[in-house]
Amino acid sequence: MADESKGGFFSDLFAPVAGFGVTFSTMFRKVATQEYPEVKWPTQPRFHGRHQLNRHPDGLEKCVGCELCAWACPADAIMVEGESNDDEAGLRFSPGERYGRIYQINYLRCIFCGLCIEACPTRALTMTNEYELADNNRADLIFTKEQLLAPVQQGMLPAPHPMVEGMEERDYYQGKVTQATPEQQAWVEHHHADHADGPARNEDDVEARS
Amino acid sequence: MTVTSDKSSGEAPEVEMVALTIDGLEVSVPKDTLVIRAAEQLGIQIPRFCDHPGLDPVGACRQCLVEVAMPDREGNVKPMPKPQASCTMTVAPGMEVKTQLTSAVADKAQQGVMELLLVNHPLDCPVCDKGGECPLQNQAMSNGRASSRFEDVKRTYPKPINISSQVLLDRERCILCARCTRFSDQVAGDPFIALVERGALQQVGIYEEQPFESYFSGNTVQICPVGALTGAAYRFRSRPFDLVSTASVCEHCASGCSLRVDHRRGKVMRRMALATPEVNEEWNCDKGRWAFTYPMLDDRFELPMVRRDGELVPVSWQEALAVAADGLRATRSAVLVGGRVGREDAYAYGKLARLALGTNDVDFRARPHSAEEERYLAEHVVGSTPETGGVTYADLDTATTVVLVGFEPEEESPIVFLRLRKAYRKAATKVFSIAPLETRGLDKLGGTLLPSAPGTETEVLQALAGDGTSEHMGSDAFAAARTALRDPGAIVLVGERLATVPGALAAAADLARSASGRVAWVPRRAGERGALDAGTLPSLLPGGRLVADQADRSEIAELWQAETELPTTPGRDTAAILESASIGEIGGLVVGGVDVDDIGHADGHEALRRAFVVSLDLRESTVTPFADVVLPVAPHDESEGSFLDWEGRPRPYRAALDTTAMADHRVLSMLADELGVFLGTRSLREVRAEMDALAPRAPQGGRTDDAGDPPSPVSVPSPGPGEMVLATWRTLLDRGTMQDGEPFLAGTAKAPRAVMSPVSAETLSIVPGDLVTVSGGGVRVTVPVHIQPMVDHVVWLPTNSESCDLRALAGQAGAVVTVTKGGAA
Ligand code: SF4
Ligand code: SF4
Ligand code: SF4
Ligand code: FES
Repeated sequence: MADESKGGFFSDLFAPVAGFGVTFSTMFRKVATQEYPEVKWPTQPRFHGRHQLNRHPDGLEKCVGCELCAWACPADAIMVEGESNDDEAGLRFSPGERYGRIYQINYLRCIFCGLCIEACPTRALTMTNEYELADNNRADLIFTKEQLLAPVQQGMLPAPHPMVEGMEERDYYQGKVTQATPEQQAWVEHHHADHADGPARNEDDVEARS
Repeated sequence: MTVTSDKSSGEAPEVEMVALTIDGLEVSVPKDTLVIRAAEQLGIQIPRFCDHPGLDPVGACRQCLVEVAMPDREGNVKPMPKPQASCTMTVAPGMEVKTQLTSAVADKAQQGVMELLLVNHPLDCPVCDKGGECPLQNQAMSNGRASSRFEDVKRTYPKPINISSQVLLDRERCILCARCTRFSDQVAGDPFIALVERGALQQVGIYEEQPFESYFSGNTVQICPVGALTGAAYRFRSRPFDLVSTASVCEHCASGCSLRVDHRRGKVMRRMALATPEVNEEWNCDKGRWAFTYPMLDDRFELPMVRRDGELVPVSWQEALAVAADGLRATRSAVLVGGRVGREDAYAYGKLARLALGTNDVDFRARPHSAEEERYLAEHVVGSTPETGGVTYADLDTATTVVLVGFEPEEESPIVFLRLRKAYRKAATKVFSIAPLETRGLDKLGGTLLPSAPGTETEVLQALAGDGTSEHMGSDAFAAARTALRDPGAIVLVGERLATVPGALAAAADLARSASGRVAWVPRRAGERGALDAGTLPSLLPGGRLVADQADRSEIAELWQAETELPTTPGRDTAAILESASIGEIGGLVVGGVDVDDIGHADGHEALRRAFVVSLDLRESTVTPFADVVLPVAPHDESEGSFLDWEGRPRPYRAALDTTAMADHRVLSMLADELGVFLGTRSLREVRAEMDALAPRAPQGGRTDDAGDPPSPVSVPSPGPGEMVLATWRTLLDRGTMQDGEPFLAGTAKAPRAVMSPVSAETLSIVPGDLVTVSGGGVRVTVPVHIQPMVDHVVWLPTNSESCDLRALAGQAGAVVTVTKGGAA
């Protein structure tokens, strides 16, 4: 306090606003903020976003309900329950003996570490780049199998339906199945007609999400 | 060098000890110990697949190879040229064993074996039920090579085949350890599977020509070290890390098996046998393993209900209890508690009767019974425990002679059966069965039949004891039994069915006495022994205290802090209660866990119809249609408590599932509150504290015998033409309501059939495969016939199997039935 001011006239003049220097200079720099949500920028290709349950080329599900993803998950975000595929009852969802009847990921818990992806033995579970995962209630953030399943693409038929005739489980993994066959097409048309909105099967989901 | 242990206590026979070193550590173990077990004592785990402590060594998998050096005659320790299987080799003095931990040779050998085992093993782990708890997975990680060198095509088989409706076999996964086949051959005695073919094609196969019949198949699923054998009910249901396990005890029979109950998200997924060496060793039966779905069925009661205008309507607890209390207060009431509830619950029923209802009319026997049985139980059974010199499982292991009477162990107490089979195999125990026919179960015990028509058991027992004259005296079997009984230490096992044969229980006790042996009563239901000791008989108070004894009564009255005297008038048994209720002498019934048809009493339905019935039950039962108030109670998996097994050994269990369902003792205490009486059974701790306050009292054989009423004369039934004497008992898997909801298990139940001798068949000109209709006492069933040597003019049928319900007749020993050929007649 006792010190005399050593500054000249100009420094005295600008002293009260000197602290704004950074502010003023920034006004002339390039803007770094993104105009989300109006403008959406692509993520890096390996960004860990929402999961997806993939399908075989004929539309059967790749997930075998093994729960290895649930086992690997450090956040205990995944719940899976397996079930037997049943050709007689027309309930075949995956090649082989077993499929995932219940599949849920709780995005309130998930830390997007990707360990589940590494654990999955069938490449059924992968991650998309989708990051818009916010909501205002718990239930909607627990994604069920229907939400996580990959869309039915060209050449695929939604499960359940039989395996490609003459093919075994291992043929699916060896890439011998490339698309749904006319037999499968016919089967699906015949059977899915009965219940247009798909077979009711995940009745446990409601209870499990609570 | 051989060391003789002088540390062992005086009673135990001296065990010769052998000293050896394993991985450089010295250990001394009893002679004949296997090397693999000796290593376990040091905490060294040698990998293994085929080795199982409950089975004879076989050395099939070669996973347990270790390097062994032995001293030769001069005492120089020489290594053996090749690694040895440690599961078949017994220890020798001075032996030096090196496991994979210290020997590169052993480690390499084990890795080699593992590699070969994996050559044909599919990469099924993700879809395999054993994944996560699989010895092959675990040991491939701990003792296998990091990567595979196999680049060929694996041997494959079509995916699983059903060994039974309950057990699936996936041959690709099998590593040919022969655990399952040895179990079925050695322990169960049911060779339903065997190793067939040779070399790479060797596989587990089913005996095509024999029907699958085993009550113990579930154990093979549990001991299979890979996922080759899996249970249909648990298929793909969960993973080990999903499961929460609770140690429990089986509620299905008086064998008292330890169980592990695994549940996931509030639902029981599976049950496994837990090892308890004194009781079930490591085994259990299929019923105990798989019959756990009954509480999950839709007809489970959720809320209390009262009957209004003929309909049961759900109401609040408060209201239901008030209605129940009003109804019971208005009249004389009695208590019927089935043999299914735990000991603490039974205690509460007994206390409710005495303290709140002021009556001794309480009985746990929801089955054919008699006054003679009641006296026998009070004199010889109540209070008998392993500590007070009661017969134990261990005693069966070493018994010289076992006589079974009114008791079919395989059907009625499966673990007793397994122990007897072990005794027969290991200790050459001679088993005799007083029964009308030789069953497969008896056959597996190497047993001898002492043929006797139903109702004549007393005569045979007396003849065996040497104070009877009988035509049985002549036969070889009989002479063999007489000879065998000359060795002291015979054990007589009597079943609950003997209750209805006049004089038989006393005769069995006399026989045991005359052979300086012992007798044990083996009830069928899990709760019966506990209920007996908890004082739910008309003449018994808790802890074996007698209603008729003033001092005993005051002791209990003091314990209960009763304001008034305990009732002194002798109570009525189940039959008398039902009779009195059917004529209106008893107006109120508190019924817990009873299937009224099991009692087989003609007045059963009428009694329930007339009386005001308060039913404590889990699900809709035969009592529900007559119930005026229904109070829901917790099933076994949701309650804590204890049973006494047939030995009298406490078998405590904890609640596997944490639900709001209330145990019987709590509901009864609320009911008593409503009746204005403090029952003091609000919590398990309260009940246990009270029960423990009673000094244990050993059975006081013969204390009321002085009255000495001689057993009523034996009346031998005499069937007329077209008639036969009915012999019947329950099969392990039948229509019992606690097996509901498990179709896979039901698929392995024995099909009902009528068994008769060739002579009996001839008189009716019946040939094998014919249908016969058996009728009598308002019952009529039609079943296929099976002809085998047995007592003539006797027909055997299961008591309560599908389309064969003879419970109404089961109560009379030697009921005479009409048998006709064909189904229509
Ligand atoms: S990304 Fe990580 S936290 Fe999220 S579900 Fe997968 S394993 Fe669990
Ligand atoms: S997503 Fe993959 S790891 Fe998860 S259950 Fe399905 S198959 Fe198994
Ligand atoms: S089925 Fe299992 S227990 Fe039986 S031999 Fe094969 S691996 Fe062993
Ligand atoms: S465990 Fe020793 S040979 Fe199998």
